[in-house]
Amino acid sequence: MGLVITEEQQLLKDSAKDYLKENASIALMRKLRDENDENRFSPAVWNAMAEMGWAGLIIPEAYGGMGFEYVGMGQVLEETGRSLTSSPLLSSALISATLLNLAGDQSQKEKYLAAIASGKIISLASEEGSHHNPKKVQLTAKKKGDGFILSGSKNYVLDGQVADHFIVSARTAGHSDSPKGISLFIVSADSAGISKTSATLMDSRVCAHLSFDNVAVSTDHLLGELDKGYKPLQKTLDIAAIGVSAELLGIIQESFDRTISYLKERRQFDKIIGSFQALQHRAADMYCEIEICKSLVIKALQGIDEDSFMLPALASMAKSKCCKIAQLVTNEGVQMFGGIGMTDDEDIGLYLKRARVAMELYGNYNYHLDRFATLNGY
Amino acid sequence: MSALESFKKEVGEFLDQNCPESMRQPMKSEDDAYWGGRNGSFKNDDQKSWFEAMAAKGWTTPEWPAEYGGGGLSKDEARILKKEMAKRNCRTPLLSFGIWMLGPALLKFGSEEQKHQYLPDIINGKIRWCQGYSEPNAGSDLASLATSATTVGDNYIVNGQKVWTSYADQSDMIFALTRTSGEGKKQQGISFLLVDMAAEGVSTRPIKLISGKSPFCETFFDNVKVPKANLVGAEGGGWSVAKYLLTHEREMIGETTDPSAMIPLNVSAKKDIGMNADGKLADPVMRKEVAEWEIDGAGFLFTIARLKDEMKAGQPIGAKSSFLKYYGTELNKKKYELHLTNKGLDSLGWDGEQYEEGKLARMFCRTKGNSIEGGTSEVQLNIISKRILELPSE
Repeated sequence: MGLVITEEQQLLKDSAKDYLKENASIALMRKLRDENDENRFSPAVWNAMAEMGWAGLIIPEAYGGMGFEYVGMGQVLEETGRSLTSSPLLSSALISATLLNLAGDQSQKEKYLAAIASGKIISLASEEGSHHNPKKVQLTAKKKGDGFILSGSKNYVLDGQVADHFIVSARTAGHSDSPKGISLFIVSADSAGISKTSATLMDSRVCAHLSFDNVAVSTDHLLGELDKGYKPLQKTLDIAAIGVSAELLGIIQESFDRTISYLKERRQFDKIIGSFQALQHRAADMYCEIEICKSLVIKALQGIDEDSFMLPALASMAKSKCCKIAQLVTNEGVQMFGGIGMTDDEDIGLYLKRARVAMELYGNYNYHLDRFATLNGY
Repeated sequence: MSALESFKKEVGEFLDQNCPESMRQPMKSEDDAYWGGRNGSFKNDDQKSWFEAMAAKGWTTPEWPAEYGGGGLSKDEARILKKEMAKRNCRTPLLSFGIWMLGPALLKFGSEEQKHQYLPDIINGKIRWCQGYSEPNAGSDLASLATSATTVGDNYIVNGQKVWTSYADQSDMIFALTRTSGEGKKQQGISFLLVDMAAEGVSTRPIKLISGKSPFCETFFDNVKVPKANLVGAEGGGWSVAKYLLTHEREMIGETTDPSAMIPLNVSAKKDIGMNADGKLADPVMRKEVAEWEIDGAGFLFTIARLKDEMKAGQPIGAKSSFLKYYGTELNKKKYELHLTNKGLDSLGWDGEQYEEGKLARMFCRTKGNSIEGGTSEVQLNIISKRILELPSE
């Protein structure tokens, strides 16, 4: 496979771009924010996305999806990065669908994958602290009678405030930092004992902190094998990191394009500021780094579709590089816009803010750099 | 069996029969390479027989047309040859600026006569060429070059000085940019001339670099007579030829700094620094630096592959060659900085067997030129700004 997208993927990307521009632009994001909408995404837009098949892009046709590949999903995620569109595409259609497909049994797949494809929201509840650390699981699931009792808490659950179900990582054996003894459960969001607190982050999107107070689930809610949930979870988190990298790539390119346009129109000292070499060289350097990001992202997306043994390294390379360059490009964007870049009226700052949240999701720069070194034996 | 499959088989058999074992080892230094030329000599019989076998098939230049003595291979066939050679670690039989630079220019801009006169001797290594572009006062601003070529009858009389001419002291001919007119835009009065290094009035002087080596020379022209038949392209049309060649050169430099050709940095870092008890590189700062470099290196490799795929899909590389040149050379410089830090004082030995005659320290010094030769990093950034980002000139 060449490192270019196919015609079909290009069509998907173009139609995503057109749809998002018309229906889910930054104006919508500002409106939801300024009206203090509790979910910060438009259910109408999400339903339309589901109808277009995006919610089921990577779900096999047998379970009501489109059976497309991850490279295609990556193109749509990249476009949502450009348009700053908030939706459960990442949380439910990419991450939870991936995990269900990896770990679910036949009847779980039939039930929950079809639900996701139709636009229902399932969120992964795996983080317990402020830094990505999927092995650190203190929420417990204790065997009781025919089922399990879940106790503990999860933080920063994407779209957790509106999710219909949660996939929860729980400790069923081993010590609290061990990859062994982690099990996955799919739990209805309205189960007795779950309480939610919403948290609005810098990007104006909302996520939820969840508390599980003796939540009873039956055995058929166990996803995959008991004590062996870490493997599918880790693979899903690699794919999540790649998905976020694709979104970051969209953020990076759009902030860069906007910055270049601004350099071509803003005048100071009787000159277009883009004619100053001090700015030109910084812009050209960013162009080069973005070329590297593009290659790492497409390579990683293809790695998912090819089920590459390199997937963990590809994920960590893509995420760490995209984090670093998102930081560079959004910082330079605000700096080159100058005073206007500091105002809420100008969009460039919104990219900076979304970038910071996306950079932190599923492992930040340091996490993935460290992991890359570890994977390479140093 | 398809035609390509049987070609592959044929190539494999040819290489197995004709490439001696000693020509399947990586070159230890530039001394192991064969450069051809009137004064060229083979280091040993293996090198000679390997070169002669390849030259006889025209495979020193696999894709050049057979009518000039080239291999006449299609792109696919050339790719197979390259792969089969790589599989066996076969050395490049002939290193040559004629192959890399002058040949492509002659194929594009030369007259039929010139092609027949010069290409065969490049292919069979008889003539060694060097490049005369830069001058003391025309470096990054190459178009301001002043070496003059004045018409006298059927000849040009050339006067002036070139600098950074690689291996001029060992070359037979030079392709040089000269000024045939001072009128109009400075790019318009430049002509591309082929000059015999043995002609009266040509002299060279090696330049000693910070690496202690002298791969470059200064070349002086003092009333050198050059037949008008040695003009490539139109008089005053030399800038187009030069630009074409520079783009070619940049792509090549970008590719020769291909990080896959180097020892993985982490392998040497592990050896030089050692590991701590939990299996991590003992120096945490270097661990970060090495990981960052390796990710950029892999990303650069993927990008070369991606741009090639895009070219196949019909998107020309254009000014992106400036990106490859800039990024590839900066990565290479960074890599040697990391090697120095990894090895500490052991990296700095300048001579003696213990330090392989200062191989690493000298290579380190040499890499500083990567981002200067073939257009500085700053010039590449200018090109990207103007041609890709379309930012205005001041």
